Amino acid sequence: MRALLHRHVLSGDRPGHPAVTALLILLLLALLVVPFAVPGTKSMAAASRIAILAVLAGSYDIALGYTGIVSLAHAMFFAIGAYAVAIPLAGGWVGWGAIGLGMAAGAVLAAAIAAAITLLSLRVQTIFFSMITLAVASFAQVLATQLRGLTGGEDGLSFSLPAALSPSFHLLPGRVLGVRVDGRLLTYYLILLAALLLFLLMLRIVNSPFGRVLLAIRENAFRAEALGFRVIVYRTLASALAAAIAALAGGLMAVLLRYNGPDATLSFSVMVDILLMVVIGGMGTLYGPALGAAVIVLAEYYLQPALQGLADALVGIPVLPALFNPDRWLLWLGLLFVGFVYFLPAGIVGSLRRRRG
Amino acid sequence: MRRLRQDWPALALAPAVALLALPVMDLPTWIALTAAGAAMGMMLFLMAAGLTLIFGLMDVLNFAHGAFITLGAYVAASVMGALASWVGADDLARNLAALAVAVLAAAAAAGAAGLVFERGIIRRVYGAHLQQILITVGGMIVAEQLILAAWGAQPVQVGKPVTLRGSFVLAGAAVEKYRLVAVALGLLVFAAMQLTLNRTRIGLLVRAGVENREMVEALGYRIRRLFIGVFVAGTALAGIGGVMWAVYQELVTAAVGADMTILVFIVVIIGGLGSVGGCFAGAVLVGLTTNYIGFLAPKLALGSNIALMVLVLLWRPRGLLPLAR
Repeated sequence: MRALLHRHVLSGDRPGHPAVTALLILLLLALLVVPFAVPGTKSMAAASRIAILAVLAGSYDIALGYTGIVSLAHAMFFAIGAYAVAIPLAGGWVGWGAIGLGMAAGAVLAAAIAAAITLLSLRVQTIFFSMITLAVASFAQVLATQLRGLTGGEDGLSFSLPAALSPSFHLLPGRVLGVRVDGRLLTYYLILLAALLLFLLMLRIVNSPFGRVLLAIRENAFRAEALGFRVIVYRTLASALAAAIAALAGGLMAVLLRYNGPDATLSFSVMVDILLMVVIGGMGTLYGPALGAAVIVLAEYYLQPALQGLADALVGIPVLPALFNPDRWLLWLGLLFVGFVYFLPAGIVGSLRRRRG
Repeated sequence: MRRLRQDWPALALAPAVALLALPVMDLPTWIALTAAGAAMGMMLFLMAAGLTLIFGLMDVLNFAHGAFITLGAYVAASVMGALASWVGADDLARNLAALAVAVLAAAAAAGAAGLVFERGIIRRVYGAHLQQILITVGGMIVAEQLILAAWGAQPVQVGKPVTLRGSFVLAGAAVEKYRLVAVALGLLVFAAMQLTLNRTRIGLLVRAGVENREMVEALGYRIRRLFIGVFVAGTALAGIGGVMWAVYQELVTAAVGADMTILVFIVVIIGGLGSVGGCFAGAVLVGLTTNYIGFLAPKLALGSNIALMVLVLLWRPRGLLPLAR
């Protein structure tokens, strides 16, 4: 049974350390029972965010951790997917077709743009790729705020979902375990299921022969080319796949929020979050970014209040209150990030695996 | 001679763009836009020169370069605020003195921050591109937050010296005076860099290091020490660029570094990573096209820089004036 699960569901990818296995099981169980254990919209929103961002961070890991290419436009692909779902729904086409078509269109568009950027820049020099993606991402931000008619500009787009996903829809009469089985609950489990399937799909991809070639390219692109693999083709495919999955995650995010705007999916702080999750969790492990997503979302919910408390306690001392101001929480995450890149470049999961040998 | 035969199309590109723009607008407009483009180009060159030299010498791509631009801009705001009487005086000498003090202070502050950054952060990640990109992106976040903690989240006003405000008329075109100052300073720095690189012993070592680092090390020179000098000089230049930009805009926000980083990256990619001459040509080209397109088709202005970069890369995949290696 365990072997079957391991081979066919996890695609043969071992968590690699008992602690990692335990954390993953804990995370999955927590996500499954949150609506019943901690009822309330806030906890459900946090749990859905973890599920979606785990997919987003995992997709980034395909490019960064497995192929060794640093894109700074991953948030843009996330946003493309979110806008592709939000635009038809906000335009008045409230139906399952709009969600499905938006998801598909977003994934295709994101993959096409990623392939175009990769072909243009990786042909030249790998380091160009990071710089060009940064430029393209900033261009996308300007575009999203300028094309007000399509994207809603800075305000973004609010919309309603098909009736079955709205809070007023009741699947079962009364309560189950003290919780109403309504559209919100349905949305939560649909998002969780979609995120889980996408995550297993990514495990499948990185453990396939294709994934092995990506690892070979990461370790030594020149050698991979000499072995007869067309490095540029594999790199392009990897970044297109990563972009498409990020777009699907973006579509889920739009469904969760019933809204999309530049701050929700497109801004540079989303990109910073992605980098943090992948680096803290562990590049090139896929399980790591999922755990990283949980760490970052929980930190977002608890770090700011904690900083506020510290700042209040330090009033009167020079300099320190400004540093512990809750608006400066990115400072502390940034320091954490730099610390991880220095001292634990393999992240939580990679370090645990190495310790075990 | 062979270099020149290869390089002339790249060098002629910016003048060609300027000439091409002439028939589609009247002369006064053209003069005003060309002056604006040249000034913007010079400021971009100041900001980008250090980045490209740092990359050329040590193969380090510093994503936190924009933080030094921001630092320079905020130092300029503080200095100009402290010297308000000089800035407000209707006296060219005092105005220029205030600007000079701001430039020196910003260069010192950015250079000192650059020294700390190189010693504390860059030194440990030589040779590892992936780690370099990640750590400098992290450094950019931390530096931006520290600047916000020091100067606050509100945009800061910067006083433009009185005699440098306004514009004068040249052949029917209004040209802002401050733009002339920016062009003069940019040309001065470019000339000084070329002189240092081509006529001094240190410049010889830097150029040799860019061509072949191991060989310079094998000959017994301490390339690390040389690199620290280049890094500090490069970040100081970024600080000076920040001052010029801040006084030009008369307003500083913490996002200025991140915004300029994008343009700076486009400039160094267009010029060819590591090449100072290419950086100059690329900066002028970006400055000119931004202003022409902004006038001719404001809606296209957003994408014009990216389109320019794509076109240049399709023509010359390694940039306008790539390094020899």
